[in-house]
Amino acid sequence: MEELDGGTISIDGSDIHQQSKESLRRSIGYVIQDTGLLPHLTIKQNIELVGKISQQEISQEKVYELLSLIGLTDDVLNKRVSELSGGQQQRIGLARALATDPEIILMDEPFSALDNITRNQLQDDFLNLRHLDDKTILLVTHDVQEAFKLGDKIVLMEEGQIQQYGTPIELLNNPANEKVDRFLKKDKFILGLQTSSHEGGSLFDFLNKNEISSEEKQLAMDKFFKSLS
Amino acid sequence: MDFWNFIISHLDEIRDQTVEHLILTIASMVLATSIGISIGILLTRFEKLSNPVLAVVGIIQTIPSLALLGFLLPIFGIGVTPAIIALFLYGLLPIVRNTYTGITEVDPSVKDASVGMGMTNSQLLRYVELPLAFPVILAGIRTATVINVGIATLCALIAAGGLGEFIFRGISLNNQHMILAGAIPASILAILLDTTIGFIQKKPASKRTWVIIGVASLLIVSGFFATGSRSESRLIAGFNYEFIEREDGFTGLDALYNLPMEIKEMEISLMYQALYNGDVDVIDGFSTDGRIKEFNLKSLVDDKNYFPPYYAAPVVNGNTLEKYPEITEALSLIANQLDDEKMAELNYLVDGQKQELAEVANTFLKELNIYTSTDAGNSDEPDIIIGSKAFTENFLLAHLFAQLIENKTSLKTKLQLGFGGTKLIFDAIRTGEIDIYPEYTGTGYLVLLQKSSKDVSDFTDPDVIYNDVKKEFIERHNLHWLEPLGFNNTFALMMRTKHADSLQITTVSGLSDYLNGK
Repeated sequence: MEELDGGTISIDGSDIHQQSKESLRRSIGYVIQDTGLLPHLTIKQNIELVGKISQQEISQEKVYELLSLIGLTDDVLNKRVSELSGGQQQRIGLARALATDPEIILMDEPFSALDNITRNQLQDDFLNLRHLDDKTILLVTHDVQEAFKLGDKIVLMEEGQIQQYGTPIELLNNPANEKVDRFLKKDKFILGLQTSSHEGGSLFDFLNKNEISSEEKQLAMDKFFKSLS
Repeated sequence: MDFWNFIISHLDEIRDQTVEHLILTIASMVLATSIGISIGILLTRFEKLSNPVLAVVGIIQTIPSLALLGFLLPIFGIGVTPAIIALFLYGLLPIVRNTYTGITEVDPSVKDASVGMGMTNSQLLRYVELPLAFPVILAGIRTATVINVGIATLCALIAAGGLGEFIFRGISLNNQHMILAGAIPASILAILLDTTIGFIQKKPASKRTWVIIGVASLLIVSGFFATGSRSESRLIAGFNYEFIEREDGFTGLDALYNLPMEIKEMEISLMYQALYNGDVDVIDGFSTDGRIKEFNLKSLVDDKNYFPPYYAAPVVNGNTLEKYPEITEALSLIANQLDDEKMAELNYLVDGQKQELAEVANTFLKELNIYTSTDAGNSDEPDIIIGSKAFTENFLLAHLFAQLIENKTSLKTKLQLGFGGTKLIFDAIRTGEIDIYPEYTGTGYLVLLQKSSKDVSDFTDPDVIYNDVKKEFIERHNLHWLEPLGFNNTFALMMRTKHADSLQITTVSGLSDYLNGK
């Protein structure tokens, strides 16, 4: 855990140093790349442990609710961590972070250790989790596409400096500087497809719709290419 | 079949010693485990201490076990306490090291996530580090336990009991059955404890099982200390292993005088100090021992003449004597030159004044106008090997023999000192492994020839015993007794003078009366 070496961090207007580190950490859900699940405990005990730490009971119903939320069935509850696949472990990691209903969730490269197919599946499920809509989620990633796919706002950093803070479209269309522009260039096409809006959805979605005629699709593509140059 | 008979006839003793052994091991392991794990945890919290502390604990482990027991003697005396402390120190290293490594090797990402979840230091220890390090810690406890079952046999040397009593008694009497009667239960104990811990290691026990194990161990330990302090006899005896089993030893003495005492077995060299310190009240001393004077001890009169005369003389292998007949003449120079007082004085110079054995022998010979070199007995290609048993007087006599032979003949000698018992050295001279050693007539008569007091006309006459032994040794074993040196080093029960005086005990019969409440 890193210490602050300058400036302040505040949550809802109050400096985080006003509370103890432990209680601050307990109020934040935490998901990391290696899952950090305890190998000597069962899945159920792993989820319940978060409650034990902060002296709040996590009910049986809550555990089942979390499980169905992340799309796993009851039979994993009594298994040990090593018996689960990487994707399943990461889902449990998320369930554990949600167990105490924190306002804030911190995700440190949660999907980067997974294979492409599993990662996409998990990202989609994550996006569709309505349960997360009213939470503040800070997700750190090296994967630009993941950032654009999942983020409402993106902070682009290079060498410890913030290069730009904004919505995905702002980053694409109004890069704050050379660095941002250069950084996004090679992904611009696919990112653009995902982010440029077209008749209420992304262009990507629009092009995938069967009921749209090929002429209309061609028109949209032309317009898109023009905006890129 | 003999072995089974031996086991069956000694079943009670085997049981008692096994229990003592188990208690020594468990008590020391309870200590080593609780303190070792605590130190291990502390080291993970104060990383800077880890190298120096692990080094110190490691060094303790490298001290030879006998030496460690020796170091503890002046501080803790003899008995169970120093034994448990020594075993505790030996158990420390594997436990401290494994606790430390086990905890530091917990996957950093697991620790990271746990701290990120908001665990405090103690929660991290309790929920993450200790459970994950558990198999490694237990492996350390397992190693330490097996090592300690072995080392605990050595604790018999300092009167702490245990299966080592059989082993050391067996070695000093060269009795294989007796050694096995100690060694086999010790091995079984080691295997049992090893598999028990291995079982716990595979199947992590629940909290309740741990509580049961903990309480049971504590009960065993406290039960032992409770019974240990409740002594049934009025006096405690400290006897050497050999004395307990010897034909002229305690069994016969007890049969003749009736002496109900609690007995602690220990090394000869520790008995006097133990008596002086008050750890024991009666010992089986030697009448010419230098420490009798030093420690102000009193020999009890053997009023029923149980012990025969023990006149010391060189015993020589027949073949050696045929090859080098000049030995007889060389050794005759000190025949009858050492009376009881002189021998006690020489012993005192070594034990009390801490003078070198060779120096003391050399000085004594000078008084007889025999000028020798203290270098004698170091030849790499010896003509003659001189042996001795493991106590000061025998060491001294061996040095005297070596210096005389090298001075008066052209023969080269080599000293091979410290045989662990009478039967051992007797076998060595019979097979020709050694050529000469100092023996005592009473011992030769009763122990080696296995004759009894009724086999001769006058059991108390030194000449009668000497002549009988001399004749029989040549006939039976081709071993020759040369002329006696002059002193009678008899066995004697000894007490602290003040203690004996206050109880008004002067004879062994008096001791018996006191013990029996008369």
